[in-house]
Parts: sequence; structure tokens; C-alpha cells
Amino acid sequence: MNIKSNVLLEVIDVAKEFDVSKPWLNRVIERQDRQILKAVDGVSFTINRGETLSLVGESGCGKSTVARLVCGLYTPSRGSIKFDGVNMADAGADEVQQLRKRFQMIFQDPFASLNPRWRVGKIIAEPLRVHKIATDDADVKKRVDKLLTQVGLSPLDQEKFPHEFSGGQRQRISIARALSSNPEFLVCDEPTSALDVSVQAQILNLMKDLQREFGLTYLFISHNLAVVSHISTRVGVMYLGRLVEVADTKRIFANPQHPYTQMLQSAIPDLHMTGKQRTPVAGEVPNPLNPPAGCAFHPRCPHAYARCKSERPNLIDYADGGQVACHAVEDKRINIRVAA
Amino acid sequence: MTNASNIPLLQVKNLRIEFPTRRGILTAVDDISFDIAAGEVLGVVGESGAGKSLTGAAVIGLLEPPGRIAKGEILLAGRRIDNLPFEELRKIRGREIGAIFQDPLTSLNPLYTIGRQITETIETHLDLTHAQATTRAIELLNEVGIPAAEKRIDHYPHQFSGGMRQRVVISLALAANPKLIIADEPTTALDVSIQAQIITLIKKLCREHHTAVMLVTHDMGVIAETADRVAVMYAGRIAEIGPVAEVIHSPQHPYTIGLMGAIPSVGDNHERLAQIDGAMPRLTAIPSGCAFNPRCTRIKDVPNNRCTTERPDLLPAGKTRAACWLHSVSAMNKQAVTA
Repeated sequence: MNIKSNVLLEVIDVAKEFDVSKPWLNRVIERQDRQILKAVDGVSFTINRGETLSLVGESGCGKSTVARLVCGLYTPSRGSIKFDGVNMADAGADEVQQLRKRFQMIFQDPFASLNPRWRVGKIIAEPLRVHKIATDDADVKKRVDKLLTQVGLSPLDQEKFPHEFSGGQRQRISIARALSSNPEFLVCDEPTSALDVSVQAQILNLMKDLQREFGLTYLFISHNLAVVSHISTRVGVMYLGRLVEVADTKRIFANPQHPYTQMLQSAIPDLHMTGKQRTPVAGEVPNPLNPPAGCAFHPRCPHAYARCKSERPNLIDYADGGQVACHAVEDKRINIRVAA
Repeated sequence: MTNASNIPLLQVKNLRIEFPTRRGILTAVDDISFDIAAGEVLGVVGESGAGKSLTGAAVIGLLEPPGRIAKGEILLAGRRIDNLPFEELRKIRGREIGAIFQDPLTSLNPLYTIGRQITETIETHLDLTHAQATTRAIELLNEVGIPAAEKRIDHYPHQFSGGMRQRVVISLALAANPKLIIADEPTTALDVSIQAQIITLIKKLCREHHTAVMLVTHDMGVIAETADRVAVMYAGRIAEIGPVAEVIHSPQHPYTIGLMGAIPSVGDNHERLAQIDGAMPRLTAIPSGCAFNPRCTRIKDVPNNRCTTERPDLLPAGKTRAACWLHSVSAMNKQAVTA
């Protein structure tokens, strides 16, 4: 077997629960049980080298929690995350330190993710120093100069403070910082949602250029389906802490299988005004503290029947390497539409 | 009021909004003019800081001090409203112009039930008894699609979800049957599926009530779905204004062209998005001439450095109007050819 397999990241049945109970005394007085929020509930996916997997979904579906689990900012309540074949939970401290060099994260809000009291040069050099990649000042400066040029800023900018930059420029600084330890894998949690469209286009183009240049692998989190369709190789759709469909980008937008994906797809405002047919959108996301039994989507689903209310669907394979978690698709109650 | 049908519902003429600061006066909105006909939806789109929300706030008289209208006029059905005293304006606000804001949680009072808030608006503006107002409030809530309205009327804003709250805000805006609604980013805080519901609702209600809407948003997709005409704003000026389909499919101003190319869209197979280099200038450093000139790729096509010295006004361009000297050049060329 090939030692360097094509799979870079493997997430196996990962769950994250948060205890959102009231304090003990309140629970006793009000006779309430502990309340557990299942933010992520059994999610499995793999990311191949050099590809971009996007996770989309509405607020509260657990997509950002997945990003944080992958980065090690949260520890999973269940399941395992393997980076390049190594299980993160079993690895020793040294090994984890070595692995952490190889992945970095870009956050949504470029105003909150940069230390306002540090100069840009120091911000970008932090991973270099932490991972002892470059220790002498001249080498650090040389590398920071190069990184700033790569993300389209000037080497002179490293003497400035973050507040002197616009939102788009700050996001470029975050990207330079993420790239400084020469990572293979970047987790991007809504990197463009705080930006205006013209700046968003600049950042998306930059991310694509960098991916080509350094062979980067991205896990991209977004709620904007148009951005996702532009940047990703494959797309995973999440609903209430579960993956409901994973497929190639073209396939998932041209021919969505899961009723929720179909609903999301038809809800996208149509810029070209083609007057496309729409699946009417009904209802809202239920309270994640008390999710519906069976398939979490069944109260909003036009195809729901008895099995959906009692049994939770698992991801099953269908044509073209896509996966979908839906009883109606599995039982062929909805015909799998063949892509045109 | 003799030829009321010929006067546009809302006319904004040469509006200028200034903010006096310690470092001098900042001009946030600079000499813009547009009008909205009765029952028409005008989309106002632009990046943050373009002045689109301020324009909306000025129309409804909710400009936060020290911001002030320095020049220009705002006319509602031919009547000037920008210089009215506070009490007069209060009667117009809600009665003739309704408002929907971005964040439904902050536009509702958390301490009052939604029923009380809606009936209060109705009783202030319409001559109805409390019982009649309550009946009307329930009707309104039914109309905006809130299930079990007669029960929900006694609930507080925190008991509603984001989408439902925005529906309550829409029912408040419609409470006194206004002729114009200013909707400032009404769907920005909502998820896509809820956004689609709210857009459909706004479209349906405005058609039924024949209400004109000034829809302020940064999302071109929402504009494409909803608006009849669109005004694209850049650095406090209107860069281009015209029918929605024309502006989207054949934009004339270089900024609009760049903006349309920069929007990713599902099903497009472009490897790269068109990109406008640089960023919108700050209010303290608006370049002379056309404010877009440092980012413009067509600047060489206009003779005599006109773009950096002289500010363009809206000129007819294709089927829209664009504030760009290119169109005066092409007009001149056409004249030369025909002569």
C-alpha cells in the first residue's frame, strides 16, 4: 500500500456536544434535566490532497464547529480525526506539534483575529517563531517580506498596525500569517463573509492562486452557495449537526438529491433572472436542543413518510461518488435524476 | 394635487449629506438625484460606505446627528419633507413612509408584546378604536404569514425566530398602509432559505398594496429578484441607474461592469472572478474628478485627463444612465461619425 495516500484528512463519526444546562441550583428548583446541545452529531468525510471541500448550511447547523474540531480548537466528544493517517487524539505531544505546523486556520472576522497591539510583521512571524521555523531576525524579516508580497501587500506594510488596513487587506494579513509555517492544509471559516463583493472576489482569486502555487488543501466553511460553487471541488451540505449530502460541486448544484439541498439550491437569489423553477421554501430550522426524531429535516420535507419520522438516515453512496442521507432517495421514492 | 399622477411618489434632488468633524467636513452623499414612482421597487446597491443607508435614512428623516442634509430637496408626492419640523415629520413617518431595518431584534422593543407595538402604530396613525386596531393587527400578522396570529400577538420579540421577527417588522411597516417603504438590508441577517421567504413576501405585499419600496442592500441577487430599477452607488455618488435587467446584463459604468464580474454565481464555470483592484476610497480621501478613477481600467480611453479633473454627472449610456466620461466620448464620436 502506498504510504502517502491520497487522503489528507479523514473525519470519522465525529460528534461534539455542549452542555448548555442552567446552574445546578436552578435545575433543582425548576426540576429541569441537564440540557445537551449536539452541535455536531456523527459527521464523517474525507478530504483529498489538493482539493477544496466546502461545508454549507444555515446558521446553527454545526459547520463552524466542524472547522474548530478539525483544527483542534475543540476536542471531539466522539469519533476521530486523522490527519495524514495519524489519529490526532492518540498522537503524542511532539507529534501533534509537528502536525500542527502543517495546518492553519483563517477566521471570518479580520477585525477580531489580528492582535491590535502587534505590528503586522510580528503577527505574520508568530507561527515562524512558535514552530521554530526561523529564529534569527534577518531570516524572519526575509520570509515576512516574501509572504506579504505573495498576498498582494507591500513589504513596507509590516511596520504598520492592523487598524491601518481595510477589511480586505486584513484578511490578506490573516492569509499571510496562515501561510507562514508552509502548511499543506488550511481551514477557512467564512473567510469572505465580512467583505464586500469586489473585495471578496480579490480574496477568492488570491486563495485559488495560492492553492495552485503551493498545492494547498482547503476545508472551506460558508453559508454563501455562490461562493462555495465557485471555489470548491466537492461540497458537503449540513443540517442540524449532520451531513445530508456530499457530492462534486457541479453535480450538487446541477442535480441535488437531498430535498434540503434542493430547497437550498432553489432559494439562491437568481442573478441572471432566468425565471428558474423553484421548490417553495417552507418552515424554519428546528431548535437544535430538541431536534425532531428520525431525519431532522422531516418536518419541512415534502417527501417525508413514516420511516423518516422514526429512523435516522445514514449517508449512502449513489452514482458519481456522491453520498446522500435520505430514506426517500434510498427507497427510490424520489427518482434519482440523471444529470443532463 | 391637480396632476398627482404625473409626479413621482418620491423625488430626491441634488441631495448632499455632510458630517462635520474635527478634521473638516466629510461629504458622505454627494449630489445625488433619483425618483421612485408609485408602486415601484428601486434597488440601491453598493459596497459598505457608499452612502446607500444614509440616503435611506435621509428620506425617512432619521439621519443621526451630526450628519445633516447640506443641500438638496426630498419631495414625497410633490410635498417637500426634508425641512419639516420634528412633529410634522413624525406624522409622515409610519403613516406615509414605513421602514424595515436589517436587524429585527433591535427594531422591536423587547419589553412590549408585538401586539402592543403594532396596535400602538395603528392607533397613532389611523383613526381606529383599540378593538379595531387589535383586529387589524391580527389581520396584518396573518398576512405576513405568522401562524396562529391571535395567540402570537401576546408574545414578546424574543419568543420569535429571526425570520418570524422580520415578518413582524414588515407588518409594522405596513400597519398604516404607507405609500413608500424604506427597506435597509431587510434580508442580510437571515439565512438563505428564510431570505427567499422574506423576498417573496415583500414582493407580494408591495404588489397587493401598491407600495413603492426603496430597497437598500449590498446583495445584487436580492436586487435582481425584487427590484424594477437599480441605482449603483460608489463613494457617495450614483455610478449608474437604470432598469434592473439592463444594469445586470449590459452594465455601462466600468465600476458596475467590474462589480457584476466579481459576483460569483452558481453554475458559472469561470476559473477566476473579475476583480477590481484596490478598495473604495475613504471619505477623507475622495480623489478629484471621478471617484472611481484610481481603480478604473478605462481611464486611458478618455482624452485630456478628464477623469481626474472633472466630475462626471449621469449621462445616457445604452439603456441606463451612467456617471462616466466614456459615454460622453462615445456620444462625441457618434456625432463625429454622423457629421
